[in-house]
Amino acid sequence: MSGIDTLETAMRPVLILAALSIAAGDVALAETPRDFLIRFEKEAGTAASAERGARFFNSKQGGEWSCASCHTDKPTQAGRHAKTDKPIGALAPAANAERFTDATKVDKWFRRNCNDTLNRLCTAQEKADVTAWLLSLK
Amino acid sequence: MKLRNTLPALLVVLTLPAQADRLPLPANPAYVEECGACHLAYPPQLLDAHSWLHVVNGLDRHFGSDASLDAGNNNARRAAIADFLGRNAGGRKTGVTADAKGQPLLRISETAWFRREHREVEPAVWKRPAIKSPANCAACHTRAADGDYSERSITIPK
Repeated sequence: MSGIDTLETAMRPVLILAALSIAAGDVALAETPRDFLIRFEKEAGTAASAERGARFFNSKQGGEWSCASCHTDKPTQAGRHAKTDKPIGALAPAANAERFTDATKVDKWFRRNCNDTLNRLCTAQEKADVTAWLLSLK
Repeated sequence: MKLRNTLPALLVVLTLPAQADRLPLPANPAYVEECGACHLAYPPQLLDAHSWLHVVNGLDRHFGSDASLDAGNNNARRAAIADFLGRNAGGRKTGVTADAKGQPLLRISETAWFRREHREVEPAVWKRPAIKSPANCAACHTRAADGDYSERSITIPK
């Protein structure tokens, strides 16, 4: 077996994946929670602070609710909607593998929930901080 | 001739009580995902089409919450959900769901039908911690998620 054969064999899954990605076109590829942290940090232009994220998450920001009003102050646990009492799955990725894996959903819920808690959109820095804190929870 | 016309009508009336506590949700993943995330995916049968149109057009200010849809496919998704709600909107059960001035009601709990069905529930009961508000159907209707609102599936939390 020549070196080139070996390389080809080793590269084959990568090439297939690359071809599939191209074929998928505009279909959003699965992302990892860390991808979102990197994205928000890049948008903010500074490093995230998990400690600042925890403070932000657990205190009211001018609105009637804080993030914790629905997600609890221990987001590795399930929460409940503050108004309707509907159960909400845990927010921390360590406890819920679906969280922070779909950009459409992440952007939608930051938009909705920031408007509900701050009466404005969150800054990239705020999103980076909260994501860093949620990622730090085990 | 007269009997032939009356008989089907009579049969419909006789079967009504059995259906009165069944509010099955027609399958619609977009409706369940967008609307069922924060509250029970309410049976579309409980508001008329005019009310639903106003609800869908005001999702960015939805009873104090931002419930706007995905920015990217906002219009198509909103139109699809509006269409679903319009096609399955109430009629016979709830009648026209408007206030005395003819304005469309946006809360199911303000409709005449809902008030009539819940007239025995004291105001204080709605405020119990495990119930919170009339928006929380499943607090008492334990099988509401399956469209079953029958008497036997009701348990009112203390």
